[in-house]
Amino acid sequence: MTITTNSSNNRRAEADTMTTMQTAPVQIDIENLSLSFGKTEVLKGVNLAIRPGEFFAFLGPSGSGKSTLLRAIAGFGPDPKGQIKLDGQDIVGSVPWQRNVGMVFQSYALWPHMTVAKNVAFGLEERKVPSSEIGPKVRAALELVGMADYAERFPSQLSGGQQQRVALARTIVVEPRVLLLDEPLSNLDANLRVQMRQDLLKLQRRLGITTIFVTHDQEEANTICDRIAVMADGVVQQIGRPDEVYDNPANSFVAKFLGTANILEGEVVMSEDGRCFDCGAGIRIPVGADEATGKARLVVRPESIEFGNDGAKDTLSGLVASAEFLGGMVRYAIDVNGQELLVDERHTRGKKRMEKGESVVLQLDPAQAVLIRD
Amino acid sequence: MSSAALARPVRFSSLGPYMVAGIVVLFLGAFLLVPVLKVIQVAFQESSSGSFTLVNFQDFFNSALFRQSFFNSVYVSGMSVVFASAFALPLAYFTTRFNFSGSVIIQTLAFVPLIMPPFIGAVAMQLLFGTNGSVNLLLRDWFGINIPFMEGLNGVIFVQSIHYFPFILINLSASLQNIDRSMEEAGQMLGSSGFRLFRRIVFPLAMPGYIAGASLVFVKVFDDLGTPLLLNVNTMLAPQAYLRISSIGISDPMGYVISCILIVFSVFAMWVAFLGMRGKDYSTTQKGGGGLSKRDLRSHEAILCYVVIFSILGIVLAPHLGLLLLSFGSVWSFSVLPDGFTTAHYGTAFTSAWTFIKNTLIYAGLAGVIDIVLGTAIAYVVMRTNVIGRKWLDYMAVSALAVPGVVLGIGYLRVFYGVEMPITGQPMATWWGIIVIALAVRRLPYALRSCTAALQQVSPSLEEASENLGASKFRTVRRIVIPLMASGLVAGFVTSFSTAAVELSATIMLVSTENDAPLAYGLYLFMQSAAGRGPGAALGVMAVIIVGLATYLSHRMVDRARKQRSSMEQAAGDAA
Repeated sequence: MTITTNSSNNRRAEADTMTTMQTAPVQIDIENLSLSFGKTEVLKGVNLAIRPGEFFAFLGPSGSGKSTLLRAIAGFGPDPKGQIKLDGQDIVGSVPWQRNVGMVFQSYALWPHMTVAKNVAFGLEERKVPSSEIGPKVRAALELVGMADYAERFPSQLSGGQQQRVALARTIVVEPRVLLLDEPLSNLDANLRVQMRQDLLKLQRRLGITTIFVTHDQEEANTICDRIAVMADGVVQQIGRPDEVYDNPANSFVAKFLGTANILEGEVVMSEDGRCFDCGAGIRIPVGADEATGKARLVVRPESIEFGNDGAKDTLSGLVASAEFLGGMVRYAIDVNGQELLVDERHTRGKKRMEKGESVVLQLDPAQAVLIRD
Repeated sequence: MSSAALARPVRFSSLGPYMVAGIVVLFLGAFLLVPVLKVIQVAFQESSSGSFTLVNFQDFFNSALFRQSFFNSVYVSGMSVVFASAFALPLAYFTTRFNFSGSVIIQTLAFVPLIMPPFIGAVAMQLLFGTNGSVNLLLRDWFGINIPFMEGLNGVIFVQSIHYFPFILINLSASLQNIDRSMEEAGQMLGSSGFRLFRRIVFPLAMPGYIAGASLVFVKVFDDLGTPLLLNVNTMLAPQAYLRISSIGISDPMGYVISCILIVFSVFAMWVAFLGMRGKDYSTTQKGGGGLSKRDLRSHEAILCYVVIFSILGIVLAPHLGLLLLSFGSVWSFSVLPDGFTTAHYGTAFTSAWTFIKNTLIYAGLAGVIDIVLGTAIAYVVMRTNVIGRKWLDYMAVSALAVPGVVLGIGYLRVFYGVEMPITGQPMATWWGIIVIALAVRRLPYALRSCTAALQQVSPSLEEASENLGASKFRTVRRIVIPLMASGLVAGFVTSFSTAAVELSATIMLVSTENDAPLAYGLYLFMQSAAGRGPGAALGVMAVIIVGLATYLSHRMVDRARKQRSSMEQAAGDAA
């Protein structure tokens, strides 16, 4: 976050006291965590290890259990089965007010009857911080999020983005062991969202605090998080660096949820050239020699397929079924013997669009395809 | 649906809406503004010369009796708020914090003040809690003590606070339910819990609702005439105003001075409620966020909750219970329970009080009809036309809320005593119809609220569809708008009818002969004598049953209409 440029050196010095947390960042281990609302199982045996100081995302569609998992870490909702360990210490069963886990709510949850300064001071007062220290700490936290000039305003007098910053200040001022962000950007407009996610990342790096970010927006998770856990149906589907997960989806859900993917149904068979994936429509793609034969799916990203020339080797021929102009590229649906393949072509100024029914030749690099079995 | 869409201006240039608005203004002017302004004017007038003076107020404050009355009224109202809060706070807390079946009982309590005016139960409370009442007889037997529950002002405070506490309960519960769960969770996350969290976060967020409820209780108690009269506490403002006018006459300025003070306090209380609410719409519930988190009670906590709830319930329902006992008791004096039981009082009540019942049905029925006609007219003019100054119609009608019944009664006596009825030559102030008008004016704000709500549900596009198919404005209102508003109008009528049926403070001033008297007045007369108490109680029980049934029916009706509408909207949503 930016520190306002007209701030005095004095205020700047105070802000500096907030630039790092007093304690070392915390490791979070979630082991066999299950949770039900009545008969509905919302979390089904979640296992996760989040490294100290990491910026981690829970990514998933609504109903995937990501917010429930976040709230379980904060201590809200019914007690889960399993363990949530902060630096090895299990916190399941302890009350929220003794966890020292900071959370920024999706709705910000600023108290409308208190000023910005009072909101931020609340947690310090509850911790019995001497009143002489509260003022400077509140100012420093507000400096850090660029809201020092708004200390005496009421939340209703602030814009959504400003409220968000105050909510952040209120949470980090108590120096929580971990920072939980519940869809923090969902209530902001598109431009502010892009700005804010960079600010969040800078703040997180500066404080060095282990942070979990819940979102259903893959772009948000991909751009700022060190690692992500893709969730669906109360289960962690895959954990990894955003680009790793994108390139090597563990199953078809992950493949479809992160970006666009062609998922071809078929099987791995032996042929004269070695093992290959056959999906029936005359499409045969060579796979690794160690792949077992049998039913499988093949994931190919639209940007990995190229339009080729007739003469090239290992080509597929098809007809253009439809085209969508997406700005930087055009996404074609190509019918290859009844199997539809999405293919992206980079768009440049004046480039001619292929027409429906036009016959094309596709070139698919086998190294770009991922075999999954789910 | 956005309000902007509803307020879509209607393009028609006829004078119709102005005529409708004009009739409403004339009615409210004659029967609300003029009488009230007259009361204020007389208070500031020297009775002989008619010139402006403050001497009446000086006389008022120079009189020890009036100073005492003033102090007593403020004291009783304030203490009633304190006790009403003491009843309401735990109940509101339980219902919003915990999952338990007692919540249903508590919510039902909310209707207590609607179905019985406090003065009806006052006599029964004497028999239960008076010096020689059931409770004190038991206390004397068991512990040799006597608690002066009903002694003097205590009695008024006791009766009023158990009667009016639901106003605080309803408003406070509504505020509490509108607080988003994350407000509380943010506090917990930052280290706050338990009562401290409630005090620092939850209660301040619910404060506007509490203030609204508390100021309503204050002003209701401050204005009430029936309860102190029946408990024979005359050193309060409203009874003093009534006694001055009824014993000395309508020229005595003290009644007017008291009226002015009553108005000032009413307006002040409404202003406080307004200040409390202004800019503090703390209803923070987010879409899908849900209210405060509730938790299940542990068994010992549940027992404690039930003990508290049943204690409060026992006290709150004491007037009803006492009334029932009284209506069936043969003789009840110096004993814990009546000596014997009989149904004779109901027979007596029916034979000797039939006139009262008949009058009440006529008066309250007519008042209800006037209210929904006026209410519909005002709602339509305000929401669907572009009549200049239409908002003021609304303000005028609602301002009746700030006019105590005693004041309106005094104003009517003063203004309409000199007006002769066309055929009989009787003074208009003594004509039975003036009671109907007084009731209609007093209940108009409630009926108007129902009418406005009903009209809000009728989308302007439904009207436009009708006009598009060739129906005129008038036919559209008759064939489309009124039928669609019907259930809301019935609810408005019932609210108006049932509260008018048991209103005493304005009618007591305006009843000139017993033949014209409504039920509330009859009850008051019966309760004056020991022999009349049995039949009086029987009448009271009947009144409670009638009003209770009517209230229940109107709620059912509104509920059903709402369900119909939501299923229709659902269908429209699905189609879209």
